[in-house]
Amino acid sequence: MQLTGSLFANMSAVFGNGLSTFPDYPAEIRAPKGTVSGVSGFQVHIGNHPVNTPGDFCDMLVAMNPAALKANAKWLKRTALVLVNEDAFDDAGLAKAGFTGDDPFEELGIADRTLIVAPITTLTRKSLADSGLDNSSIDKCKNMFTLGMACYIYSRQLDYVYQYIEGKFGKKHPEMVAPNKKVVADGYNYAAAIQAVPNTYTVAPADLPKGTYRNITGNQAVAWGLMAAAEKAGLPLFCGSYPITPATAILEELAIYKHLNVKTMQTEDEIAGICTAIGAAFAGQLAVTTTSGPGLSLKSEAMGLAVMTELPLVVVDVQRAGPCTGMPTKTEQTDLCEALYGRNGESPMVVLCAHSPAHCFDAAFQAAKIALEHMTPVLLLSEGFLGNGSEPWRIPSMAGYPAIQPRFAAVPAEGRFLPFERDGKTLSRAWATPGRAGLEHRVGGLEKNHRGVLSTDPDNHALMVAERAEKVARVAADIPALRVDGPAAGNLLVVGWGGTYGHLLSAVDEVRKAGGTVSLAHFDFINPLPANTEEVLSGFDRILVCELNSGQFAGYLRSRCPGHRYLQCNKVQGQTFLVEEVVAGIRKALEEE
Amino acid sequence: MAKYTFKDFKSDQEVRWCPGCGDYSVLAALQQVLPTVCEEKGIDKEKVVVVSGIGCSSRLPYYMDTFGFHSIHGRATAIATGVKVANPELCVWQASGDGDALAIGGNHFIHAIRRNVDLNIMLFNNRIYGMTKGQYSPTSKLGAVTKTSPYGTVEAPFNPGSLVLGAKGSFFARSLDVDLPLNKEIMLAASRHKGTSVMEFLTNCVIFNNGTHAEITDKAYRADRTVVLRAGERMIFGKDRDKGLVLDGWKLKVVRIGEGGVTEDDILVHDPHADNLGLQMMLADMKYPDYPVALGVIRDVAEPTYDEAVAAQCASVSAKARFHSVDELLASGATWQVK
Repeated sequence: MQLTGSLFANMSAVFGNGLSTFPDYPAEIRAPKGTVSGVSGFQVHIGNHPVNTPGDFCDMLVAMNPAALKANAKWLKRTALVLVNEDAFDDAGLAKAGFTGDDPFEELGIADRTLIVAPITTLTRKSLADSGLDNSSIDKCKNMFTLGMACYIYSRQLDYVYQYIEGKFGKKHPEMVAPNKKVVADGYNYAAAIQAVPNTYTVAPADLPKGTYRNITGNQAVAWGLMAAAEKAGLPLFCGSYPITPATAILEELAIYKHLNVKTMQTEDEIAGICTAIGAAFAGQLAVTTTSGPGLSLKSEAMGLAVMTELPLVVVDVQRAGPCTGMPTKTEQTDLCEALYGRNGESPMVVLCAHSPAHCFDAAFQAAKIALEHMTPVLLLSEGFLGNGSEPWRIPSMAGYPAIQPRFAAVPAEGRFLPFERDGKTLSRAWATPGRAGLEHRVGGLEKNHRGVLSTDPDNHALMVAERAEKVARVAADIPALRVDGPAAGNLLVVGWGGTYGHLLSAVDEVRKAGGTVSLAHFDFINPLPANTEEVLSGFDRILVCELNSGQFAGYLRSRCPGHRYLQCNKVQGQTFLVEEVVAGIRKALEEE
Repeated sequence: MAKYTFKDFKSDQEVRWCPGCGDYSVLAALQQVLPTVCEEKGIDKEKVVVVSGIGCSSRLPYYMDTFGFHSIHGRATAIATGVKVANPELCVWQASGDGDALAIGGNHFIHAIRRNVDLNIMLFNNRIYGMTKGQYSPTSKLGAVTKTSPYGTVEAPFNPGSLVLGAKGSFFARSLDVDLPLNKEIMLAASRHKGTSVMEFLTNCVIFNNGTHAEITDKAYRADRTVVLRAGERMIFGKDRDKGLVLDGWKLKVVRIGEGGVTEDDILVHDPHADNLGLQMMLADMKYPDYPVALGVIRDVAEPTYDEAVAAQCASVSAKARFHSVDELLASGATWQVK
């Protein structure tokens, strides 16, 4: 179903629709088939306008078995079309999904929807009876039959699917090309022939800016953004990582591009992932480690080492539902406090976040630029929803991206190189990489003075603590101002950060369409906050902080920008917001005395 | 290429180990051997990097006038691996204690060995946690009475040599803190070996574990209780060079030359380059009083190194690749135009 969904999505993207997707799947690779907990789903939202979110409620649900129907019935609009595979709705299938009677539609209260009950397995077997394929291979094609039906319903030409089939099977399994094409076409024709489809739909291309587009997932975009930064900085890229859901795809992606000066190491554990990266940073490369929730915890001490040694390092955390192993494939924004405070001692790091799958590219680029130019570890927060989700992306030209200028040390004209002497403007130290004569020095986790000599002097420690904090604070000079969508002053400012951006944008739009007045400020930078944050917040009577946790960013804002009236809209279910939930939160905030 | 003396590798920092600490002689050996290492490799000293973890011996980088990284507990091997893989031209030395390398850092240690990263790992084995003031370590003898084992430990120690060879390490050597010439000898051999070279130095902790290796290090009987192994030489030892090792079935046996018809020709000849681990494993395992403790280079076999393999793979993929820039990457694969 993941493949069918992504094919439909890509087809829509190429057609020019606005698009947002989100795969939602269980942690188990082969989850118990036919059970509600084992349902693997793929959500596609298309439009004739730019699309902000994968959508709350659906116009069409394809359920290949009773469990899939049961798991998703609550998302059906009143007008929705439901396509089910009748062959899977036998007694055993219904029982496995926990239905008590033999009418699942009645039982779920969705009998009034437009139902298309098609014997998809039987039809696929008939379609491919003469194909020479064995039964098991034939049954695998039933999703393609369904895709054919969906193509008819949404008035899609099959050319794109044909091209895909040729590309996928043409060389290695040419015998699979003709059967797959046939079954898609038969699905399309079947949908056209039966009288059950009341309407077909044409979703016109969206009015998108001109240019060359591609579809991109957040994880892919992080990997590409890092490679872009390495290229701009003229440095090799090193990534030390350990596989963990949902961050793994970043390491997988980077492992491909050895021809772009990338070295990847799949290390023995999370700690070795960050430590090899710190070693590579010491050696003079753009160093990265990628992880997710529990892996971030394991890297804490080493992040402190990067803080203490003041080496450039990018740590990418693709957040998932916690604590501990939590729900690995489910999305959340619950690592914010850990990112900000999750190290021993006073250990400030730059923390920034991505707000959409495609924005992961710019966020990763920015994270690397800050790390290299300010000699600091940077933590980039992504989310499972962003990492796995995809959207069309207008391909930028690298010429449009700023230069990245690492602050390499100069060999002192006389005397020794002093590793912790600071730049007057940024307070960053200089990067002295092995191999350059006259720059020999020692770094480490122990406190040192500016000369790089171990020191437990109380005043020196106080100074170094203050300077490390101030160095991070001064990054604010290099980040864009916080932008307000809507009036710069008023009754209510909606505030968010990270992957909720699309939902908040849609919610704010909806409230405005209904006559409400509300502004939106979405944070890409958490530490430091944009320099104008206090100014923006001061324009509003109340500030509604919306986030997928119990109020971590709200608490942070309360401490950093006190004196405002903060309200909260939170969700911690391992799921994204629904736009209607945020709308409800905004209405409530507007009504509050 | 510059010619160096040991002074070029001495930093201006005051060495702060306890008087009588075994670490001094390992430091001295390293400073004395690095001029030769640089000369042999044809490198300047700025290519030398010394990485360490946490513990007394891990203070070593501060005393070296090279690029140095004193990192966090147990992670020296991982950091050194990152340094070497990022820039294979660097000559990377690591200092770790028995706790650092074998307890908290055990995982990184065995995986560096498995990958055969070209690192020179100096393992300072004093069988105790010194910096935290006297708790047992993974190499403390069974029954060792320490602050955290007031009634004696009930856990068996690691023999680092068995661990390295068990992970099919490509290089293992052992020396005694008191034997400066042998320290230098195995360091030079480690430097010449491409791959993970583990050197175990049996060091004395004068404060918390004084005399832990005395039964073999004491000059009075060192020659009788240790055997220094060298490639191609017979395994003969003893003050009077009258003892040797032979194979008795599947086991090693100590024999006296001239007794029971045993001649020098019967004594085993050491081959550190043999791929087969069997005999080397037995040698690394030898414990006093049943056997002399084996010193010198016990295993030294050529295996492909990880850092070179990574670089070679990058080069070969790159040579065949259709594009080499991010702009080309962005335009690759499925794209479409919006007009």
